[in-house]
Amino acid sequence: MNTMTLNAGEAVPAENKATKLAAEPPSVKNQAVKKPEEIAGTVGSPFCDEAKLRMRNVNVFYGETQAIHDVSLDIGRNQVVAMIGPSGCGKSTFLRCLNRMNDTIEGCRVEGELTLDGEAIYGSKVDVVPLRARVGMVFQKPNPFPKSIYDNVAYGPKIHGIASRRAELDEVVENSLRRAGLWNEVKDRLDKPGTGLSGGQQQRLCIARAIAVNPEVILMDEPCSALDPIATARIEELIDELRENYTIAIVTHSMQQAARVSQRTAYFHLGKLVEVNDTETVFTNPQHELTEAYITGRFG
Amino acid sequence: MEMHFDQHISRQFNEDLESLKTEMLEMGGLVTRQVADAVEALANADSELAEKVLQVEEEIDRCEMEVDEHATLIIAKRQPAASDLRMVMSVIRIARDLERVGDEASKVAKMAIALTDEGTAPRGYTEIRHIANAVRKMLNDALDAYTRFDVKSAMETLAEDEQVDMDYRSAVREMITYMMEDPRSISRVMNVLWTLRSLERIGDHAKNICEQVVYLVKGADIRHGNEKNMR
Repeated sequence: MNTMTLNAGEAVPAENKATKLAAEPPSVKNQAVKKPEEIAGTVGSPFCDEAKLRMRNVNVFYGETQAIHDVSLDIGRNQVVAMIGPSGCGKSTFLRCLNRMNDTIEGCRVEGELTLDGEAIYGSKVDVVPLRARVGMVFQKPNPFPKSIYDNVAYGPKIHGIASRRAELDEVVENSLRRAGLWNEVKDRLDKPGTGLSGGQQQRLCIARAIAVNPEVILMDEPCSALDPIATARIEELIDELRENYTIAIVTHSMQQAARVSQRTAYFHLGKLVEVNDTETVFTNPQHELTEAYITGRFG
Repeated sequence: MEMHFDQHISRQFNEDLESLKTEMLEMGGLVTRQVADAVEALANADSELAEKVLQVEEEIDRCEMEVDEHATLIIAKRQPAASDLRMVMSVIRIARDLERVGDEASKVAKMAIALTDEGTAPRGYTEIRHIANAVRKMLNDALDAYTRFDVKSAMETLAEDEQVDMDYRSAVREMITYMMEDPRSISRVMNVLWTLRSLERIGDHAKNICEQVVYLVKGADIRHGNEKNMR
C-alpha cells in the first residue's frame, strides 16, 4: 500500500531556502553575479539567412572601458529584433553602432565588421548623413523640432532632396503621418507646433519624421518608456505595421513589450550578447540561465 | 537548467508561486486519498466509506477552482515568463487532471455502493485490485516527480501506463468471458467494467501529470506521443 507522502516537508524542498532568504538581505544571496569573462559566446541563433544588418565580432570602447565584447548578430529583413538586458548591459551602445550615432561620443571606438546590405557601415568613404537617412532612429524621449507638425515631417525630405515642391512635400507629410497613425489626429492643425502634442502623439510624430526620409531600418531606443499604456499600445501596433516595409531594432526595458512586438530577442549582459533566439523561445524556454534570471526577475 | 522558484527579486512572487504549487500538491494528496478510499470501499463492500468519497469530491472541485483563481491572479499581476510561466501552466493543467481523477474516484465509489447493494460474490475484484494498485502508484510517483522536478522518474512513471492499458484490455476480455458464461451476471459485471475503466483513466491522468513534469523542467511539450520534442 502506498501511503500519501506529499506532506509539506517533502513536497516543498524550496521552503527552507525561502525562509533563509527572508532572514538575509538579498545582496548576500546575490553571489551568482557573473563577470564578463565567465560568459562564453552567445547561445541560440544569432545569424539568419536574409540579413539586412550583419554584425560580426563587434567590440566597442569608451576610452579604456570596453562596453561591447565580441558581439555577432544578424538582423533579418522585415524583422523586429528586440534587445533586452539590465541597465548598462550595452544594448543601447550596440544599437547606436548601427547608424554610427556613437561617432558623436568622444573617445568611443567601434571595432569589428558591421554591414548594411553588405556595405560596411564604418567604411572610410561612408557619409553618415545618408547612412542615418537609411537607418533612422527614434529615441526614448519624444524630441520633435520646435517647429510646426508639418515642418517636423517635411524637414528631412527637404534636406535629403527627396521632395522639394510643395505638392510633393504635402504628399510625403500626409503619407508619413498616416503610416505613423497620426494623420487623423493632426490633419487639421498641421501648422501648430509639434511640441504642443501629447507625449504619445509626439512619439508618433518622431516616427513619422523618421519614416519621411524612406529609411530601410528604424532603430528605436526605448520608444515607449515615457508613454502611457494606451499610447504604448498604439506605438506597438504601429511597429507591427511598419515591419512590412522596414527592418526594426528596438531596445526596451519592458519584457512584455519585447515579447509582443519582436520576432527575435537578443539578451545582453555586461556587454556580451548572451542569447539570441525566437522571441517565443526566449520567453517560454530560454536556453541560458542568465536570460532566464533576467526575464523572470530573479537574482542573477 | 536548475529549477529555482525562490530567487525572485520580489519575495512576494516567491511566496505566490510556492503557495500555488503547495495548493496543487495538497489537492494531489486529497485526490490520492480519494482513490485509495474508493478502491477500499469497493474491496470491503464498505458503502459508508464510499459515501464519504462522494462527499469529499466537492472539496476537490473547490480546490481546482482555487488553484485556477490563484494561477490567474499570478498571471495578471506578474506576467510570469520562462520557468515561472511553465510552473503556472503546469499547475493549472495538473489541477484539472487531479479534478478528473477525483471524478473517477467518485465513479468507483458509486460502483462500490451499487455492487454492495447487489451483494453477490465478487468477480473481477482481483483485476480491479491489480490495476488499482498500479495506477495509485503511478499517481503517487507522478506527484512525487513533480515535487522533485525529477524528469527521469516522470518518464519512468509515464512508461508504466502502457502496462496498465494492457492489463485493462486483458481484464475487459476476461469480463466479457464471464458475461458470456453467465448472462445473468451482465449488469454486475458491467459495474466492474466501469470501475476498471475509471481506474484505467486514472492511469492516463497520472501520465498527463508526468508530461507536465517534463514541460516544467525541460520546456518540452511531449503530450500526445510527442516525446521527440524532448531535448
